[in-house]
Amino acid sequence: MSTVTENKPQGSNDPNQMMVPRPLKPWKATPKQLLPDVFGAIGTVIASLILVLVSPLAGILGFILTFIVLSLFIAASISWIRKDRKAAANSVSTIIIYFLAAFVLLPVASIVFEIIRKGAPGLSIGMFFDDMSVTASDAPLSEGGLLHALVGSLYVVALATIVSIPIGLLTALYLTEVKGKASGTVRFFVQAMSGVPSIVAGLFIYAVWMISLGGSYNTAAGSLALAILMIPTVARTAEEVLKLIPTDLREAGLALGATQWKTVALVVIPAARSGLITAVILGTARVAGETAPLLLTVGGNDAMNWNPFSGNNSALPFYVWKNFGLGTETGAERAWTGIFVLMVVVMIFFTIARVLGNKKG
Amino acid sequence: MSTVNPVKSEGPTPREITTEPRFSDRIFRGIVSSGGMISLLVLGLISLFLFYNGLNVFRSEGLSFVTSFEWIAESIENGTEASYGIGAMLYGTLVIGFIGLFFGFPLAVGAALFLSYYAPEWLKKPMVLVVDVMAAIPSIVFGLWGFYVLMPHAEEWAKLINKYFGFIPIFSMPGDFYSRSPFIAGLVLAVMIIPIITSISREVFAQTPLDRIQAAYALGATRWSMIRSVVIPYGKGGVIGGAMLGLGRAIGETVAVYTVLNLVYDIRPEVLLSAGGSVASLIVNKFGEATEPELKALMAAGFVLFMVTLAVNFVANAIINKTVRQG
Repeated sequence: MSTVTENKPQGSNDPNQMMVPRPLKPWKATPKQLLPDVFGAIGTVIASLILVLVSPLAGILGFILTFIVLSLFIAASISWIRKDRKAAANSVSTIIIYFLAAFVLLPVASIVFEIIRKGAPGLSIGMFFDDMSVTASDAPLSEGGLLHALVGSLYVVALATIVSIPIGLLTALYLTEVKGKASGTVRFFVQAMSGVPSIVAGLFIYAVWMISLGGSYNTAAGSLALAILMIPTVARTAEEVLKLIPTDLREAGLALGATQWKTVALVVIPAARSGLITAVILGTARVAGETAPLLLTVGGNDAMNWNPFSGNNSALPFYVWKNFGLGTETGAERAWTGIFVLMVVVMIFFTIARVLGNKKG
Repeated sequence: MSTVNPVKSEGPTPREITTEPRFSDRIFRGIVSSGGMISLLVLGLISLFLFYNGLNVFRSEGLSFVTSFEWIAESIENGTEASYGIGAMLYGTLVIGFIGLFFGFPLAVGAALFLSYYAPEWLKKPMVLVVDVMAAIPSIVFGLWGFYVLMPHAEEWAKLINKYFGFIPIFSMPGDFYSRSPFIAGLVLAVMIIPIITSISREVFAQTPLDRIQAAYALGATRWSMIRSVVIPYGKGGVIGGAMLGLGRAIGETVAVYTVLNLVYDIRPEVLLSAGGSVASLIVNKFGEATEPELKALMAAGFVLFMVTLAVNFVANAIINKTVRQG
């Protein structure tokens, strides 16, 4: 076995040079054992190419289907001939699972590719400094911009964050620090709350704000709808983070004579700080792209609206929705450009949450 | 200070020893507890407000609100009387939800198995990242991608299915209308529910006792027989719970479905035909030009949607909590 001979005897080395012995993997297949698999794979590709060329099956779809069927068949026969039926079942299932995993990656790759291909050409510096108030909807993309939507999105998300931070955090503290009688129920309902359809959140705010209180469309109403969707994410992530704080820290605080409130405020929360920030940013990433609740609450606008508490406003998802709904060529282009900007915003939040979350370890 | 008042220099007076929470703690606990109850309150308020607003519609329509197919707003110039029924929409919601599950579930569980037992170390992290990114993609992006990118391909697939399996009633095609069908909406939903099912399944598979896995290997099991005899029996419940969570998400999905589905107020058995339904899409579709009474009917539809998703989520979470989070 090649792996054994590569492992040098340890005593012959310079003692200053720390020699870490390479772990042995005697069960690992040698190149010679892998040979039939390699030939099988190459053979499958060639065979499916030939089959697609000579048979009525056509195109990439035909090739993929033939390739899957052939690879299953060939892998099964190789294992069956060399070993037994169980080995054949094993290699067939392995190939199926590899294909399934590959098919999961496919749509993501396609989405990212299309966003860049269709969204990037419409980008310009000017669009970040202009709104659509004096631009016709069928004007070329060099005119007008999406500043109003960007600012609107910033407003709704910021306000939603301000509302959900205290509620989400208090919920998490209740579940981990107070551990009251109702904590089982609360945890269950928070889980259920993360399944509330976004349109229902929008309808609820509409029913409260517009019907019962007689208000009109504005940014704050939209942010309340988003807060409903954001609270469970913040609460659940924060709970996970607080659970990781060692009980020793809490007990040390209490043993030094601090009250529970001081222990939580001065020991537990500072220790969990980066994790809690991650929780909030994850929530933000979740709601930044929400469309349905905004359709019912912010009203839409083509001009800038700096006042979040009065008057209609737009938001990036709303901008995309509106331009898509026009059904025109330029509308579609604007929608894709809007999606590009929206995805960049969401990914920025997502990356920050990732980096912070990993730093904590 | 100590020179002025020598008595105090002996140190601070001993702390009062008591098990009673201090005043500040009682306030703290009160605030945190009431904050923790807010989510209960919000859920209660949602059902209360939607039910209250839809009450008149529930009264006038009765049970036919969920069984009849027609959605006709009152119109004075046409002389039509209002009739609201979401039966077709409810049916359509379930159909696209199950189509989504049909395609999404094997992919998601396959990916979870791959990540847990097959993937080489270097591939694990990037692939988990991709699945997480998938969960962060907004639904409107899925909607537009489904409309502009997936639909042209999916129509071709639908034609192939119809060509070879057209003799089965659900794949038959009365006309030549393949676009915006429940099949395509289901495909978009399948992609959208993959991340949630994958992450729950991974969580479930991680709970499989390692000694059983090693025992299976020691007895000479191949990787697949180990999965079949250890991982699947242990994780079955949790994975089913994950699938139900995915179904709940599919039922409540609005924007992505609305962009790729043609709403028709009728129950059609053909899934490839351009005619489907979705309660959430109905709300978005009718909301813009709804009159006051129609708006109340939409609230009632929202209430039904809320109750259905809540029930699905309750059951799913109960199953998952039982199998995963308590060991």
